Formats: sequence, structure tokens, C-alpha cells
Amino acid sequence: MFGLTALELARIQFGFTISFHIVFPAITIGLASYLAVLEGLWLWKKEAVYRDLYHFWSTIFAVNFAMGVVSGLVMAYQFGTNWSYFSSFAGSITGPLLAYEVLSAFFLEAGFLGVMLFGWNRVGPGLHFFATIMVALGTLISATWILASNSWMQTPQGHEIVNGVVVPVDWFKVIFNPSFPYRLAHMTVAAFLATALFVGASGAWHLLRGNASRHVRTMVSMAMWMLLVVAPIQVFIGDLHGLNTLKHQPAKIAAVEGHWQNTPGEGVPLILFGFPDMAAETTRYAVKIPNLGSVILTHEWNGQFPGLKEFAPEDRPNSLVVFWSFRIMVGLGMLMLALGVWSLWLRRGGRLFRSRPFLRFALWMGPSGLIAILAGWYTTEIGRQPWVVYGVMRTEDAVSNHSALVLSTTLIVFIVMYAIVFGTGIGYMLKLVAKGPQPGEDEAPPNDRGQSRRPARPMSAAPDIVEPAPR
Amino acid sequence: MGIDLPLLWAMIIGFGLMMYVIMDGFDLGIGILFPFVRDREDRDVMVNSVAPVWDGNETWLVLGGAALLAAFPLAYAVILSALYLPLMMMLAGLIWRGVAFEFRFKADEAHKPFWDKAFMWGSYIATFSQGLALGGFINGFEVRDGAYAGGFLDWLSPFSLFTGVALLIGYALLGATWLIMKTEGELQQRMRALGRPITLAVLAAVVVVSLWTPLAHADIAARWFSLPNLLFFAPVPVLVALATWALLKSLHGESHAAPFLLALFLLFLGYTGFGISLWPNIIPPAISIWDAAAPPQSMGFTLVGALVIIPFILAYTAWSYYVFRGKVKPGEGYH
Repeated sequence: MFGLTALELARIQFGFTISFHIVFPAITIGLASYLAVLEGLWLWKKEAVYRDLYHFWSTIFAVNFAMGVVSGLVMAYQFGTNWSYFSSFAGSITGPLLAYEVLSAFFLEAGFLGVMLFGWNRVGPGLHFFATIMVALGTLISATWILASNSWMQTPQGHEIVNGVVVPVDWFKVIFNPSFPYRLAHMTVAAFLATALFVGASGAWHLLRGNASRHVRTMVSMAMWMLLVVAPIQVFIGDLHGLNTLKHQPAKIAAVEGHWQNTPGEGVPLILFGFPDMAAETTRYAVKIPNLGSVILTHEWNGQFPGLKEFAPEDRPNSLVVFWSFRIMVGLGMLMLALGVWSLWLRRGGRLFRSRPFLRFALWMGPSGLIAILAGWYTTEIGRQPWVVYGVMRTEDAVSNHSALVLSTTLIVFIVMYAIVFGTGIGYMLKLVAKGPQPGEDEAPPNDRGQSRRPARPMSAAPDIVEPAPR
Repeated sequence: MGIDLPLLWAMIIGFGLMMYVIMDGFDLGIGILFPFVRDREDRDVMVNSVAPVWDGNETWLVLGGAALLAAFPLAYAVILSALYLPLMMMLAGLIWRGVAFEFRFKADEAHKPFWDKAFMWGSYIATFSQGLALGGFINGFEVRDGAYAGGFLDWLSPFSLFTGVALLIGYALLGATWLIMKTEGELQQRMRALGRPITLAVLAAVVVVSLWTPLAHADIAARWFSLPNLLFFAPVPVLVALATWALLKSLHGESHAAPFLLALFLLFLGYTGFGISLWPNIIPPAISIWDAAAPPQSMGFTLVGALVIIPFILAYTAWSYYVFRGKVKPGEGYH
């Protein structure tokens, strides 16, 4: 298809299915913690608005969780179907980590999700709060295992190679590999940010349509405080993560910066925009700021870091892609900072809920957290190329022997199916958002009314029929 | 330590796969029976009878995949890449029916027939693909230098096409007998009537597979038909005959649960038969569970988590079946 090789198609297929998947867990992680905060506030302050917001977001959480489970099913098999050489070579490390992720996820689902979604009127408030906290904790534990596995592929250690396969020697070293703490912090905070932006945009949408209920205002206010505090933290973590990458994967940093070679005695400029050309070994149309690259990456005026030409051509990641995916991520991050600061400014004089330009900006920034997450993952994964396990196994040696024709066919099937399935799912989620939080007339949440026996299934927590929001 | 880790893991994965086949079997069977039930209300009852439990059933499929990678990475790599197409079709089918399950309730009237069809086709595709994969698995894989060396369509054979159809019939039996247990009145009568031809078809499929497999594979024939094995394994076919007879009788009997339990027993016997034929290979025809095992560090590390958490999953599963026991009535939906 389009003259792509089987290897490229296998990568695109994996990238497509995992990109669709990651969106749901990211929101799951963020919403679970948000729900824990809301329930904590309800128990503490006893203000109905927190309880009503809890019920509103828990139905959306349920649908989102179900989408994550369905899209995750494919991931458990793709390592074998598409990357069989990787699986037989490194499965002894990534397999146990993946198995622990699955076990943690199912433990959480088996133990606490049912109580959280369906138990509001059946268990005491303390126990229910405990279940919500455990669900939030469970999502973080799941993320920890998956990121340990991915980070090991980026910065492998704690293993040796015996008879051509990886053998774990020290599990502690495997899990706590050099890039793991940074990646875990960066991704978790990214999930929080993406959720805050999603919640904020939902509220902004209602405010723009004239629905300025207490619930909507509380939701927007909480999201903006979160953004204001967390966006700068993310910038700080991102900087540390970059330095860590420079130390362990210098070729990735060179590609991200479009940096080809050093001039003796001179600092490295920061290239704001440009088009890295892999064949010509240069970055075209570069707009540079002198010495800023040195300052950011070495924290010295004239510091130097390796350029792409210091790596053999077959060891270079594609600079054009990661240069731009990185800039999309950072650019969106700057906009998030701006949104947070603007919200603080508007709070003086109580214009936060009235300024239409601000609300429109918040609305448009709704998906930005998720886009930034995808851009960040493209940067780190494509930047790891040509390696699947950095410095240990090349991606071209990892891929199963399927023809380009086969891979194109299944890829098209996946694209069509995902568009219908997740299009419908996301559409349904947005319909729930559009209904808006309802002041509770009675104590029972919508999913608890009138039915004695309920399935403990996430999607059932959402109502079957969603009435459009009153104008 | 005297623990045989590969054996223990083979048992865990074998158990997980059986749980999957038994539990997702009857809810896939509901979709397979859709063409025989046209009435909207009856279809709602059918779907509602499995609604509380179906996604827990698929838990075992995800767990099985991850456990296979952790404990037998070579088997995971060879089997999954060799069975690429049937597995991709299976996943597509499962996703399709999984969301159709929910959307057929949540969609507006105009779109409901679409999701009904999606549910039915998803069930058929997922089951048939599993049967194809099973047939391909029994036929074995060509392995060279620790990797799958066969072609893209090696799994496709008259035998695997037959096992594909056989599994459709087998799951239909589980679905029909499940409905006899969970429903009443006219729908239950229809299922009792359908049960008889389906049971006979299952019997025929079992006989054909039992003859075809040893005829095609000399080593499997030797496993079954040499002495003293013949005496040890003789109870399997005898029990199959008895269970089928009892099942046919129970379809017209008083008991609502007996047909389902007997159908489960029948399926369990078939599963045992495959186990006997293939043991101790995890990549037929020649790679054993010990040859394909991950290093002990990997198996031991994962075992701790599996032994702690699987009992929780089992307890939760048992509890959710207990909570939703009894008959499903029209209109008293879970939705």
C-alpha cells in the first residue's frame, strides 16, 4: 500500500491500534483521580454539587473504561502476531510486566470497580470512597507496569543475553531502569493534564451555551486550578526527562533538535522551526536562536551535545518526524500554560465564567492534552528507532514475516472498524457530556434507579437513553 | 526448588483457556443462535441473560495472551504469528460484538438493527476464527531456528475449516442449553426443540474430529491406540457417548439446568481429548512446554502475582454468577 514496506506497515498498524488505545487509559487515569477528589470533597464539605459532579463524571468514566478494555484486547495479541521475533527474544521480560499489568487491571475491575459504579446506595460512604480511591490507585499501578516495560525497551538493564534470548537477572534493575521514573511521572501528569483540559472544555461548552449552573462553574474552576498548578510541573518533569534521554539516547535528542553537528567552541542553537532532511544531512529553512539549545540541554552557555552525524546513518532515527512531533507537544504545552495563567487573571473580578474568548480557547484546548500525549509518544517511540530494544535489538529484526499485502488488508479493516466502533463510542460519551451535570433531586445516582439487580459492567453505569441538554 | 514451573504454567494457561472456552462459549452461542430467533423481545431476553457476565468472560482471553507471553514467549511468538489472520479476524469479531452488545441498547431505534447484525456477525466471525485457529494448532507449525518458518495460510486446511464449523455448532449447543436454564415459556421450548439437532450435530462433529485427527497424525494415533494408553483413555469416548445420551434425554426432561451442565461436560471431554492428543507439546508437533519455557526467573516472578490474583478473579466471577442466578424475564432487563 502506497509503496510502504512490510516493516513500515507493521509499525503503522501497531502505532494506529495503540494510539487509539492510549487515549482511553489516559482519560481513565485522570478521571479516576478526579472522581476520588470529588468524592473526598463531598464527604468533607457535604455540598451536593460535589456529589452530583461525581455521578456525572462517573458515567462518562464508565463508558471510557469500557472503550479502553475493548481497544486493549488487541494489544495483548499484537506483540505476537506482528512482532514475533521481539516476543521470543524479549518476552521473558516484557511478558511478565505485561502480565502484571493485566492482573492489576483485572484485580481492580474484580474488586472495586463494581462497588464504585454500582454501590453508592449499597455500601457505606466510607467503603465507597475507599473503592474509588482503590480504582484510582489501580489505574496508576497499571500504568506503572506498562511504563516499566516500555522504559526497559528504551533503557534496558538488569538482563543478560543467553543463547540468543534475553534473560532477566535482576528484576529490580529491570523495572527501575534509568528512564522509568521520568517516563512514569511525565505520562501520569500528562493524563491528569489531558483530563483537566477535557473537563474544562466540557464546562466551557456549557457556559458558552448559557448554562452557568453552580455545577458547571465548579467543574471549570477545578479544571483551571489543576491546569495552573500541573502544567508548570509538567514542563519541569519534561526538562528532566529530556536530560535523561540525552544521557541514555543521545541520537534521539539530536533528531528531536534537528542537530547535525557541533562547531568547535560554539554553543548549539535552538532550532525553532525547520525541515530536517535525512538524505542531505541538514535541517532546511532553520529558524535558530543562538546558544539556546546548549542552555536547555546542557544548562551551559557553550555546552555541546552529540549531533546526528556522530551516529552511523543506519543508527539514526527519522529527524523530520520527531522534530515536528516534539514541537507539537511542546507547543501545546505552552498553550496549556497560557490557558492556566489566563484563567488566574480572569478570576480577579470574577470574569472566569463570562469571558467568551477565554471560554472558546478552553473549548478548543479540550483535545489538546490527548494530542500532546500522542505527539510525545511518537517522539519517544520513533526516536528510539531503528531499535526496538535500544542498542539490543533492531526493529527490522523484530517484525513477523508477513507480506505488505496482508498487513495493508488488516490495517484497512482495523481503520474502518475502529472508525465505526470508537466513533460511536466517543459520540456517545460526548452526548453524555452535553447532557451536563444534573442537580440531584434524590440521593440515587441515575444508574441506581428502579432496578434491583444490576450487572457490574462498566457501560451499564451509563444511561441507555441520553436526552439532549436543554437549551 | 522442586517446582516444575513450565508444568505449573501449562496448567494455569490450560485452565484459563478452558475457562474462556466454557464461558465465552455460551455467550458467543447466543449470537450464533440469533438467526433462529427473530422476535425483538426474545432477542433482548437472550442478550440480557448474558449481559452481566460476558465481559468478565473475555478477561480470560486477555489473561491467557499475557500469561503465554510471560511463561512461553517462544510459543506466543510462533503460534500468534502463524495464526495471524484467524487471530486478527477473531479480535475484529470480538470487538465488533463487544460494542454491539452495549450499543444495541443505547442506540436510537433506527440504528438498533445495525447493531443487532453486528452482534450476530461478530459472534460468527469470532467463533469460526477460533475454530480455524484450533484446527491450525492441531495440525502443527513449521519451526526453524526458533521462529515460525511456515507460510501465511498454513493454518488453512479442510480440517481447520471443519473445526471452524464444529466450534460454531459446539458454542450453539452451549448457548441453547444456557437459554433453557435462564429462560422460560415459548423461548425455552424453542431452545429445547433446537437442542436435539444441535446435539446430534455436535456428536457427529466430535466423531469426525476424533477419527480425522489420528488418521492425519500418526503420533496422535499412537498416543491413543497403543497399549496401555488405550485402556487409560477409553473412558473419554465412553463418557462422550453417555453424556450425549443423557443430554438428549434431558432436553425433554423436567430439569432446566441439566442440559447446560451436560453440554459443559461434553465440551470438557472434548477439551480433555485435545489435551491427551497434544501433550506435552505447546507448539505441535514437536516443541514441548519445557522447550518453549521462559527462564525460571520470569516464570517465578509472574507466578507470585498469578497465584495471588487469580483466586480473586475466580471468587468475583463466582459471585457475579450467583448474584444473577435465576430466570431472565421479558422486560425485566438489566438495561
